[in-house]
Amino acid sequence: MSSRHSLFGPLEDVAADAGHTDPPPRVGFFTDTSICIGCKACEVACKEWNLVPDDGFNVLGMSFDNTGMLGADSWRHVAFVEQALPLGGQNPGLSGLPIGPSGSEEQAEVAAAGLRHDERGGGELGTGPVDLGMPSFQRPGDTGGAEGRTDFRWLMMSDVCKHCTHAGCLDVCPTGALFRTEFGTVVVQQDICNGCGYCVSGCPFGVIDRRHGDGRAQKCTLCYDRLRDGMEPACAKACPTDSIQFGPLDELRERARLRVEQLHEDGVTEARLYGDDPHDGVGGSGAFFLLLDDPEVYGLPPDPVVPTRDLGTMWKYAGMAAGVLAAAAVSAFAGGRGR
Amino acid sequence: MGIRTWIRSWPVYRQLTGDDPLGRGTAAQSPRSAALGARTTSADRTARSVCPFCAVGCAQNVYVKDGRIVQIEGDPDSPISRGRLCPKGSASKQLVTGPQRERKVLYRAPYATEWTELDLDTAMDMVTDRVIEARRKGWQDTDAHGNRLRRTMGIAGLGGATLDNEENYLIKKLFTAMGAVQIENQARI
Amino acid sequence: MGSNMAECHPVGFQWVTEAKARGAKVFHIDPRFTRTSALADRHVPLRAGTDIAFLGGVINYILSHDLDFREYVLAYTNASFIVREDYRDAEDLDGLFSGYDPETASYDPTTWQYENTEPTSRDSARPQEHKEEAAAYEHGAHGPEVKGAAGNIATDPTLQHPRCVYQILKRHYARYTPEMVEEVCGTPKEHFLRVCEVWTANSGRERTSAVVYSVGWTQHSTGSQYIRAASIVQLLLGNIGRPGGGVFALRGHASIQGSTDIPTLFNLLPGYLPMPSASTTPDLASYIEHIRADGQKGFWHHADAYIVSLLKEYWGDAATPENDFCFDYLPRIDGDHGTYRTVMDMIDGKVFGYFLLGQNPAVGSAHGKLQRLGMANLDWMVVRDLVMIESATFWKDSPEVETGEIVPEHCRTEVFFFPAASHVEKEGTFTQTQRMLQWREKAVDPVGDQRSDLWFFHQLGLRLKERLAGSTDERDRPLLDLAWDYATHDGDEPSADDVLRHINGHDLTTGRVVDSYLDLKADGTTSCGCWIYSGVYADGVNQAARRKPRREQNLYALEWGWVWPLNRRVLYNRASADLQGRPWSERKALVWWDEERGEWTGHDVPDFEPRKPPGYVPPPGATGPSALHGDDPFIMQADGKGWLFAPAGLLDGPLPTHYEPHESPVRNPLYGQQGNPTRRVYGRLDNPSNPAPPEPHSEVFPYVLTTARLTEHHTAGGMSRWVPYLSELQPYLFVEVSPELARARGLEHMGWAHVVTSRTAVDARVMVTDRMKPLRVQDRVIHQIWLPYHWGGSGLVDGDVVNDLFGVALEPNVFIQETKVTTCDVRPGRRPRGRELLDYVTRYRERAGITLETGTRVATTDGLGGVSHTEPTKGPDGPRRPEEDA
Repeated sequence: MSSRHSLFGPLEDVAADAGHTDPPPRVGFFTDTSICIGCKACEVACKEWNLVPDDGFNVLGMSFDNTGMLGADSWRHVAFVEQALPLGGQNPGLSGLPIGPSGSEEQAEVAAAGLRHDERGGGELGTGPVDLGMPSFQRPGDTGGAEGRTDFRWLMMSDVCKHCTHAGCLDVCPTGALFRTEFGTVVVQQDICNGCGYCVSGCPFGVIDRRHGDGRAQKCTLCYDRLRDGMEPACAKACPTDSIQFGPLDELRERARLRVEQLHEDGVTEARLYGDDPHDGVGGSGAFFLLLDDPEVYGLPPDPVVPTRDLGTMWKYAGMAAGVLAAAAVSAFAGGRGR
Repeated sequence: MGIRTWIRSWPVYRQLTGDDPLGRGTAAQSPRSAALGARTTSADRTARSVCPFCAVGCAQNVYVKDGRIVQIEGDPDSPISRGRLCPKGSASKQLVTGPQRERKVLYRAPYATEWTELDLDTAMDMVTDRVIEARRKGWQDTDAHGNRLRRTMGIAGLGGATLDNEENYLIKKLFTAMGAVQIENQARI
Repeated sequence: MGSNMAECHPVGFQWVTEAKARGAKVFHIDPRFTRTSALADRHVPLRAGTDIAFLGGVINYILSHDLDFREYVLAYTNASFIVREDYRDAEDLDGLFSGYDPETASYDPTTWQYENTEPTSRDSARPQEHKEEAAAYEHGAHGPEVKGAAGNIATDPTLQHPRCVYQILKRHYARYTPEMVEEVCGTPKEHFLRVCEVWTANSGRERTSAVVYSVGWTQHSTGSQYIRAASIVQLLLGNIGRPGGGVFALRGHASIQGSTDIPTLFNLLPGYLPMPSASTTPDLASYIEHIRADGQKGFWHHADAYIVSLLKEYWGDAATPENDFCFDYLPRIDGDHGTYRTVMDMIDGKVFGYFLLGQNPAVGSAHGKLQRLGMANLDWMVVRDLVMIESATFWKDSPEVETGEIVPEHCRTEVFFFPAASHVEKEGTFTQTQRMLQWREKAVDPVGDQRSDLWFFHQLGLRLKERLAGSTDERDRPLLDLAWDYATHDGDEPSADDVLRHINGHDLTTGRVVDSYLDLKADGTTSCGCWIYSGVYADGVNQAARRKPRREQNLYALEWGWVWPLNRRVLYNRASADLQGRPWSERKALVWWDEERGEWTGHDVPDFEPRKPPGYVPPPGATGPSALHGDDPFIMQADGKGWLFAPAGLLDGPLPTHYEPHESPVRNPLYGQQGNPTRRVYGRLDNPSNPAPPEPHSEVFPYVLTTARLTEHHTAGGMSRWVPYLSELQPYLFVEVSPELARARGLEHMGWAHVVTSRTAVDARVMVTDRMKPLRVQDRVIHQIWLPYHWGGSGLVDGDVVNDLFGVALEPNVFIQETKVTTCDVRPGRRPRGRELLDYVTRYRERAGITLETGTRVATTDGLGGVSHTEPTKGPDGPRRPEEDA
């Protein structure tokens, strides 16, 4: 039995915990990267529905990825990973060819240098996002071999806000701009947000970001407006191969478990789930993934921990802590109204 | 808005008095959030359309409110696409409503270095005149062996493959009646 | 093969991922490792332009291991038919078939006919026509003629006769061994054999396999034969007309299928009826006779009803039996009037006006410079588009303005830009890639001067008629008599619904719409704009507008949209049942004979006469549909059978044969004949070719170049480069190279490089990727590179025009350019600008020894002694004439 008002660990009903009476089942995304074709329909469908502006015409050169990362103007991001590694059940057609060493590392290095220059809202406030390290297509020791590469795989994955059970962004938001919806999702309310940027550093995934010019925090809402009318989010609806699946979280987790089993049977032994575990550092994600490699390879933190993990203890021993938070909320809210 | 209502809608007030003492859910929900709904639901009407990009033929629903397109997305009823769209199909609204769309007839006179605007009706008449002239200039009654040709080689056309069947039909029919044979399409390319 | 389905047809690819989840194997056989390969079970690399060698290898594997579906092959294909004694195969003539004329670079196909069938009238009655004559331009129109095919063709059901199709096939492909495939394609034997094993194991009575292709197959100088080769494999394995089988063309534009069905093509009338030829079809009778030939089977026999009904729709009451239904009003063709020929004629000053309708050839057609120089030499041009595309602004910002080849102040072309209505601002039908017509409702009105093309051409027609009213000039009669009174909506916008009704056709005696092409008459009592679309308005209902939800109907969803012909979803589906009319297997049941009700039935609309029993044998002397046996599933073919061997209908041989591309770095290992001996070349100074063996100096352009699309963009960019959400996803032009080539040429990831051919050089950012891999071909390492071709000088994101790298060399049957393979050089750094670019490319041409004749000696069985096919031209920039070299 999980504790009420929990800030860490498993939590049975996030919506009820946030004061919603008789909430609908918690919903989320299961993103099965084994069938992602990297088309980026999710990125575009998201922008069309949520009226998110374009994110600039950046040349990143990270394989086919020119979005780079999630941000204020990219609520979905499709990562492309080229590796000189085998993929279970697949033959990349390299054997017998007159080939030399892999070029993937060189590609990754150039792309990483480009990403370092990519500015993010919030950085100037010292509330920059979590440093996830530079992208690397290889793990240590995974070189293509000096004589010649023998394997290749091209992984693609559509990243999105995780809608954590314990959402750092929400827990540190002083204005109440971020809130937990009746669907268990986490949404920034643009009519409340004053652009303080605390949430940016509160996110262990580096998801939330402030929009240049406007300053307010932006991220995936899991299409809250659509959910309220019984519709599925725009990205999941558009996804051509159903790599992005939307539904009640319980069902998705069951489906994901079966999918992993199936893939393992088919020889895709790399398949594993990420973000589905209620015991992880964010209490499990509302958006979780089937990956074919370690999370770092996709630019995901291997062990994300909500920064407010210890806040509960503080609450218990010193009510002051909450008082400070509330005070901060009041002043920020008042300030926000005055703008 | 009265002071009591204002106080009640104040998140911290709701947070401290409601079921959501951490202020992360109902207490924080703004009136705007509480009233949110999908803009497709409030559309005046839905036109059933088809994606204009590749040839898969994904069905689209075009949502219209106050005479403006508010959303274009896949039609889940389609046995071809099951409601899904690729990035291009998903960008259809920007394609048709974006500022890149030209709205005026433009004319570049011989040797001119810039466009000038032209009235649509005038432009149509000018094109009509030019068609008649080019048709006559390129006319061929017979070939070298006396075989009937009954055609003009003065006018050519090249169409894209986003033309409707009905449009292609009228284009081919009119070209044929003009005696113009050099009508081609992306289908050749 | 030849398709990148996940990237170019992502939503269609959902069915592939779903099939894979159910256990289907997916093989991607392609020069490039793409997003399709990323999800396939296996990527099988091959050299661009060698797919026929690969497929020929598969055919050889099937035949040499007796893996064909014999019962199907014997009953439904022409395997047992015996071919004339004087037929000579490419195996006998070093890569040429019998009947080749080097002077005209064309074949007399007489010797390819079946034994006992008479030669067709045009072959026997006249000496072989010059290639420029019309016969060559009707391919793609109607069915190939095989006179007397309804009668007794000599056969050998034991398949042992040395001249039976089966044995000819076996001999023709005997040298296409796994070793030869490796030598030609560069595909290691192991990968090739795996394809053969899986393909054959997943075909037959219980299982079927499908082939998917796109322009990776069509944009070659041997494109039609690529598809023929796949058809042969699929016929041998029993994969045609059956669920899960087939050869799928994934077409690239919303209604590109419609654009051939109701063609805006020079050699076709609607419904694949040919345009009349000046010399061979001077009147209606000869025209009809030409299509249906004597004594052959199939539904082309009713061509008289199709053409007369079309003429009645075109000219209404003016078309009478007495005047041949105005057949004489049709203009005649007598040669190549295709888009590339026309552009060269523009340069030569023979064309005065040009309509561009939603098309951007300055970027999208091969040899962009040729396109733009053609536009710059017109009296006037009309451009109708959504945005200000490069083809509309060539006079002020094309690459030739930078080089000084076009000077705005000296360019006389008058340009009219008309903004077009988009797909949501007009009603109408698109025909998608599976022949399905889907109706679009209009959502909103266009704004400003934006109009539909329907409006534009309707208006133009009205204004022409008005202007010419009272004319006594006989040549104006077709316009004055033209039936042009379509209903309009609110004002002057024509009703597409009314146009569609006219395309469907009417019974003129009652005024009602007809229900199918079976209702059409040759006596002038019916009208029909496109006979294959007849039925789209059956029962007075717009069948294309049907949208019964998929969940409320079976898998074939017969009540969603409308598929020509007659709403049949799988063509030739009679072949899904055995000779007795029973499904080959219950798993693969599609249509079958219901003995009790005495009719064909099933999940799909049977593609067969509904009440003709499986064992039906027609009476002697029957022709047309009534000559079809109960086991003749291929009802449009002159003999009712699927063709392993094509006795007619193709200009470049009865069997697919590996020829090297027009521009290739290697000599053809199979034959002395290097390239397609009938490909169309245009030997002009402004259309130089890179040398290919046996010509010397092919090493100046050592790499194989191919082009492709990206998911994030659309063709020439008019519908994507101006759209921010798409432009940001792929904002720049790049060239993909393997790490090996990058090291060899000093190319750095994301650095600049330029790609050079004998036409020009283009800049691109370098994408070094393991997805590209070198191949070993004939003991040489061959590097392949590719570029997406979406960019041009305008839009939110710009880049050089990749199609400028290509010259014009065409496939002979359908005149499609070879833009899927050429040769090139690639160098680090940016290309020279302005005049210096011209000098730079000139130096390349000099080093490669390129002359007017380079690439034009298409017959090479005698080495370089063949006839060169050049035309006299003058151009400011181009290779030197041979005499200048002397």
